[in-house]
Amino acid sequence: MNIVECADVKKTYQQGKIVVTALGGVSLSIEKGGFVALAGPSGSGKTTMLNIIGGLDSADSGRVTVNGSTLGKMNQSELASLRLHNIGFVFQAYNLIPVLSALENVEFVMLLQGVPPAERRERAKNILDDVGLEDTYNRRPAEMSGGQQQRVAVARAIVSDPAIVLADEPTANLDSKTGQGLLEMMKEMNEKKKVTFIFSTHDKMVMDYARRLVLIRDGLVAGDEIR
Amino acid sequence: MHFQLAWRNIWRNPKRTVVIMTAIIIGVWSMIFLGALMRGISDGMVRNGIATLTGHIQVHHKGYRNDPVVENSMIDPEVVKTAMERVLPAGAQWASRVRVNAVANNARHTAGVTFVGIDPAREARISFIGKAVTEGRYLRDDDKYGIVAGKALVDKFETKLGRKIIMMSQDTDREIASRAFRIVGIFEAEMQSTEKQFIFVTKTAAQHMLKLENGISEISIILPDQEGVKQVADNLRAAVPSADYEVQTWRELLPLITAYLAIYDGFMYIWFIVVFIAMGFGIVNTTLMAVFERIREFGLFKALGMKPRWIIKEVLAESFFILLIGTAIGNVLSFLSVFALSGNGIDLSALASGLEFAGMSRIIYPAIYSHDVIVANLVVFILGLLVSVYPAVKAARFTPVEALTHT
Repeated sequence: MNIVECADVKKTYQQGKIVVTALGGVSLSIEKGGFVALAGPSGSGKTTMLNIIGGLDSADSGRVTVNGSTLGKMNQSELASLRLHNIGFVFQAYNLIPVLSALENVEFVMLLQGVPPAERRERAKNILDDVGLEDTYNRRPAEMSGGQQQRVAVARAIVSDPAIVLADEPTANLDSKTGQGLLEMMKEMNEKKKVTFIFSTHDKMVMDYARRLVLIRDGLVAGDEIR
Repeated sequence: MHFQLAWRNIWRNPKRTVVIMTAIIIGVWSMIFLGALMRGISDGMVRNGIATLTGHIQVHHKGYRNDPVVENSMIDPEVVKTAMERVLPAGAQWASRVRVNAVANNARHTAGVTFVGIDPAREARISFIGKAVTEGRYLRDDDKYGIVAGKALVDKFETKLGRKIIMMSQDTDREIASRAFRIVGIFEAEMQSTEKQFIFVTKTAAQHMLKLENGISEISIILPDQEGVKQVADNLRAAVPSADYEVQTWRELLPLITAYLAIYDGFMYIWFIVVFIAMGFGIVNTTLMAVFERIREFGLFKALGMKPRWIIKEVLAESFFILLIGTAIGNVLSFLSVFALSGNGIDLSALASGLEFAGMSRIIYPAIYSHDVIVANLVVFILGLLVSVYPAVKAARFTPVEALTHT
């Protein structure tokens, strides 16, 4: 069963007077429970693809379906609701809320979902324990290392059991050892919780971990390899 | 956690938050404190006006107000007294007076004055004169030739206690009536003009001099509750023959003060708005800065599934806290300022002649009206939140991709 289906997705950007084609007609299906890397050089369109799948950006044409919902027909509020209940995000720059502690950052999504306080605290603690951050509940992002912050970001992405986690260059700001630890952890979550992971990356280590590697070049799918 | 987040966010840049809070504190303080000063001034004017022989309500013979001559006196005041017994609430006080324009003179000086014949005991309960005598004594019922004059008039006449003053006025026969009185008391009033204007004798002495028999010029009434003045006046008006008598409230008797009150009210609300406009720009500016500094965060909120209206609520919650703390401290400071001045007031004696011209008291006691405090707080709070809507909507309109890639 496919959790993401993209058919002839096109996207262009206006840069000054120049029109830049980010996606030139991408068709792609991603199966539920996949551990998929969208790989390619900078400017190839992989982040744009990820943003469109996550409903953060809209396609100019084509059809994108995520977990059964067709994104093109949804307004901003419906897209927000889709992201809240179905999609977790991990960003290259971690993007944690600086005034909240690690525990509160993980709780935040559940707060938006309306999960009762006691339950969301319990679940946040459990997931932080799972990612090896049992000693950092009350630390704020500024008091944590990059690797720890990215683990908190992963914990936040998966704590509410989303159908998909979209990770944009998750290891780009980490050293290779920390990056490998993070990938091991995400792979474990993928296997344990059956969460679909889709990465955009040009990091070879991430490509090596992926069970499916989709190569994107010049806004088109240039290769699709299942390991 | 929404409030927790908002609370922590406002302290991310403490200097900026303290600056805008200070602006709100000063704004609220100035609204309430200066409002209390203005109310104090207007209260003083009203109090002086009412105490200076006006009362809350007055009854006159028809035509007396337009032409206050002795012929327009109430010849049979019993009709009015009977009506008052029926209409006036418990605790109301009244006194009847003879009041005519007259000429006072002694060997050296002459002056036009208002010659007032009073019932000493009753008058002491309703007007300033009962407590105003500072030299000599107050009038007694059996004072046939005693007179109480104002200090300013006595000084002007270069006279003193025990000396004579000759009073002249027109009697009911339209003849010049005159009589010599001896100064038994000298009074001091809030305003020098009062000391120069009024001269008091007993009602019997005045009636005798003017051949009025039992006639009087006016009845002045003080009610226990100023709020009920209009209703009581209406009832009294209905209870006396309208062809012969006029019943008027202090607002009708003191049109200048009534106009001042209306101007003060309008000025105060204009002042509130001016202060708020200055403050409002500060609030918008600060909130906008706070929003633009956190564009990436708002992008993150949206990416995580926060709906635009929740982002608006989040930004408004931050303004709410700043406004709450600012108004609370502003209120406390203004109450403390008013409390500090409640004992001695602000003494403006040095400006007495100017104040007198405006009908103001020499000492201003600030007066806090709950209505003014509520309006000031509502203006700051509601308009403060309203002007914060603009930056809040701005924050809610960032698209996630734009916001997350913002540097």
